[in-house]
Amino acid sequence: MSTTPQTPPKLNRIGMELAVYRGARTTLCAGCGHNAVTERIIEAFFELGVEPYQVAKFSGIGCSSKTPAYFLQISHGFNGVHGRMPALATGAALANRNLRCVGVSGDGDTASIGMGQFIHMMRRNIPVIYIIENNGVYGLTKGQFSATADIGSTLKTGVVNDLTPIDCCALAIQLGASFVARSFSGDKRQLLALLKAATAHRGTVLLDIISPCVAFNDHEGSTKSYAYMKDHEEPLHEVDFIPHYQDITVDYEPGSSVEVRMHDGSRIVLKKLGHDYDPTSKCAALEALVKAEEKQEVLTGLLYLNTAQKNFLELLDTVSEPLASLPQERLRPSKEALDEIMGELR
Amino acid sequence: MASTEVLPQETILGERERVVNDFSIQVATVNGSGSQTANMVLLRAIFQMGVPVSGKNLFPSNIAGLPTWFTIRASKHGYIARKKETDFLVAMNPETARDDILSLAPGAAVVYDEPLKLDQLRDDLIFYPVPFDKLVAPCCPEAKLRKLVRNMIYDGVMARLLGIDLAQVETALRKQFKKKVKAAELNWNAALAGYTFAEENLEKRDPYFIEPMNETAGKIIIDGNAAAALGAMFAGVSVVTWYPITPSSSLVETLIDYMKRYRVDKETGKATFAIVQAEDELASVGMVLGAGWAGARAMTATSGPGISLMSEFVGLGYYVEVPGVIVDVQRAGPSTGLPTRTMQGDVLSTATLSHGDTKHPMLFPSSVGEVFQMMGQAFDLAEQLQTPVFVMSDLDLGMNNWMSDPFLYPEKPFQRGKVLTAEDLERVKDWGRYRDVDGDGIPYRTLPGTPHRRAAWFARGSGHDEYARYTERPIDYVRNMDRLARKFETARKMMPAPEIDTRLADIGIIAYGTSHWAVEESREQLRAESRLETDYLRIRAFPFSSEVEDFIRCHRRVYVVEQNRDAQMRDLLALDLGIGTEKMRSVLHYNGLPIDARTVTASIQQQEESIRAATVRERTGT
Repeated sequence: MSTTPQTPPKLNRIGMELAVYRGARTTLCAGCGHNAVTERIIEAFFELGVEPYQVAKFSGIGCSSKTPAYFLQISHGFNGVHGRMPALATGAALANRNLRCVGVSGDGDTASIGMGQFIHMMRRNIPVIYIIENNGVYGLTKGQFSATADIGSTLKTGVVNDLTPIDCCALAIQLGASFVARSFSGDKRQLLALLKAATAHRGTVLLDIISPCVAFNDHEGSTKSYAYMKDHEEPLHEVDFIPHYQDITVDYEPGSSVEVRMHDGSRIVLKKLGHDYDPTSKCAALEALVKAEEKQEVLTGLLYLNTAQKNFLELLDTVSEPLASLPQERLRPSKEALDEIMGELR
Repeated sequence: MASTEVLPQETILGERERVVNDFSIQVATVNGSGSQTANMVLLRAIFQMGVPVSGKNLFPSNIAGLPTWFTIRASKHGYIARKKETDFLVAMNPETARDDILSLAPGAAVVYDEPLKLDQLRDDLIFYPVPFDKLVAPCCPEAKLRKLVRNMIYDGVMARLLGIDLAQVETALRKQFKKKVKAAELNWNAALAGYTFAEENLEKRDPYFIEPMNETAGKIIIDGNAAAALGAMFAGVSVVTWYPITPSSSLVETLIDYMKRYRVDKETGKATFAIVQAEDELASVGMVLGAGWAGARAMTATSGPGISLMSEFVGLGYYVEVPGVIVDVQRAGPSTGLPTRTMQGDVLSTATLSHGDTKHPMLFPSSVGEVFQMMGQAFDLAEQLQTPVFVMSDLDLGMNNWMSDPFLYPEKPFQRGKVLTAEDLERVKDWGRYRDVDGDGIPYRTLPGTPHRRAAWFARGSGHDEYARYTERPIDYVRNMDRLARKFETARKMMPAPEIDTRLADIGIIAYGTSHWAVEESREQLRAESRLETDYLRIRAFPFSSEVEDFIRCHRRVYVVEQNRDAQMRDLLALDLGIGTEKMRSVLHYNGLPIDARTVTASIQQQEESIRAATVRERTGT
């Protein structure tokens, strides 16, 4: 009796094939970090069996903001105006609380023109996965510095940046985002685990991904290049994500890891790499970020997580159904109500 | 007894007839002194006597300390436009008293704070000095409250002088203070003190009287912002975003109050709405579009500066074709302008808001009843047309109190437009988001969350083809832009029709929004004073229907009355209808105050006169 060779599974746990998690062919440069991020998003959502009909994709303007067209082709998407992705995503999240909102932005789209909307989205803790594809440069307009460029980093032309970079992760932690992580587009394993964990979170996820621009910021002197990241990335821990539907017990050496339980029962396991790190402490996170900057290290991993913080929809205390699907009889008060109001105005 | 030294009654009143229920009162006070309450009580008391009344608040951009004026107009004819002339002044503000007095026409009456000695300024007015500080002390032992209670004294004085039923003052006062019994008591005592003082010390010498009528039975008093808020609630709004700005803030604040009362699920205690104070107007309109895209009825309210900020997003809404309702409570611009004064100044810029070829439907409410109704129409139109729709209110409508018939319950079901469900998609073989299947330029849309493999579409502000795919092809771009133009022509037929009153005259008048009230009154003035009959068309929406075009064509000339400097509506008429402006003459009013009938009448009389003179010159060859 011969055993048939094991074919790789074509369908995920909700019976969907990988192809539906893909999108149009990318028009970004070959080797662009953003393409790798797109690939990880496809893998994460496919592997977890995220329902594509319930996903809504958002973006602003720039190279990064083109990418929602390149993944999850049977999900609705909204590519808006420059720096204003958060408002669109917020509106959609308010209208339909069942949507799983994913926003992709860039460092220009977020840290310059979009700073106002970015910080207010973090404050509201709206359930949206906010991805920054951070390359320190404006790609689509051919290579100007963005506000995340490090002091001393240079443009291809040799121009040196002497302004302080904006650390979107530090801001997000201060402002109330409840899941803040930094990763590197070249770090497949870590990025995939963080993206998966992000889908299980029910507040704002800020995922700042260093994603090199091969056309305008991958040269010597850049601090957002592949080579620089290879030398300066400092992972805080190894990230593992165990989804709620997997009943897996992993035996870690005592004291070697930290486990965090998510709302849906999923677990994030952070395996220590050298130093102790508590991802539930804002103070520790901010301190680590500042210290890393001083040492010219790029700290990656899960910087901060708060699973208890209420999100904006919970604070607004809206009904459990999507507002967008409420029928007229629940939206238009009765004639008696109008009569009562008119009576008061007499 | 200097304070009560008065001229013998017959010297002035003897020459003048009694003026009953047809005059205006102006109260000049200091902002933040509680005068609003006293003014509302006075207005309500007159209203409760069955006399048609309107109130206009002229206030500064300030919390306390700057001058403010409140005008109450009683009109037995039911005219509610601002009346230019003040017949009765209550001068409470030392800073403005001199100018207030000097601007009065001879024969006007003045109640004033005695120490101001205003009677020395003119000898052709009727002065009533009242020692407010002396009167307030005994009825308000707590010194720090006196400033707030003091104004109620003039309500008592005015009630006595004008013959307003004291019982109506009390009813109005208790209604105003609702459950604040102690405050009501203090204020009532102050009103009584004023009444008693006037009774004992002031001899009536002016001709103005309020006498009972039966013209207000069953009517309500409400401001336009509250009316718009109610309109939105009964139109089923579920996502509201806003950024505070005068004069629109009270619209959303009132909406919040009503929604908490009537839109919280009885069983669960949960809200069937989300109201968000955004970080700015860019965010508030962005959230509206995000929510509209996801299928909710969403709105925001703002004023001119906010409209300017929304420009880019509104272009996105137009091009991506997403519904949303934007209320513009217009104020005087440009820039910060006069934030607490009214204007119809955003007409042209809103019509084509944003870069590229864009145009947006607008509704122009004239009254509180109409803005209530138009909010419902705006939500229907936005979803039917899949585009942002503007409700063009203004400060005069939004922040002033207007008398109205009670609002009628909207019986018509919501019109949600062309939305395909998963079941619909099963039947439709080839769905393309921007395909014009019905020939009306309006495509079919799907909402995020629709469980179907072909439901998704990618909304993008960049060039897109009929299937919402990215394109830069000239032919795709032109086809899409032409379809959007076709959709606008469909909108033209769906917008509320203009209101036309024709007497088969040669001369026509066109107005919109709050200018209506001055025009209505002016037409009677023109008829009485100049024997000039006019036809009248009130624009209620943009794009304009063929009736508007016909009206202009059918008249020898048409006066377009509006509250801005640049004749914005006239230009928009020419632009949209593709007609010249030769036949259209303008009556323009833009000083920040609501337009009044006299201004309209004088302008038309003057223009008619110069046309007549020119014709005579032409004929006689001189």
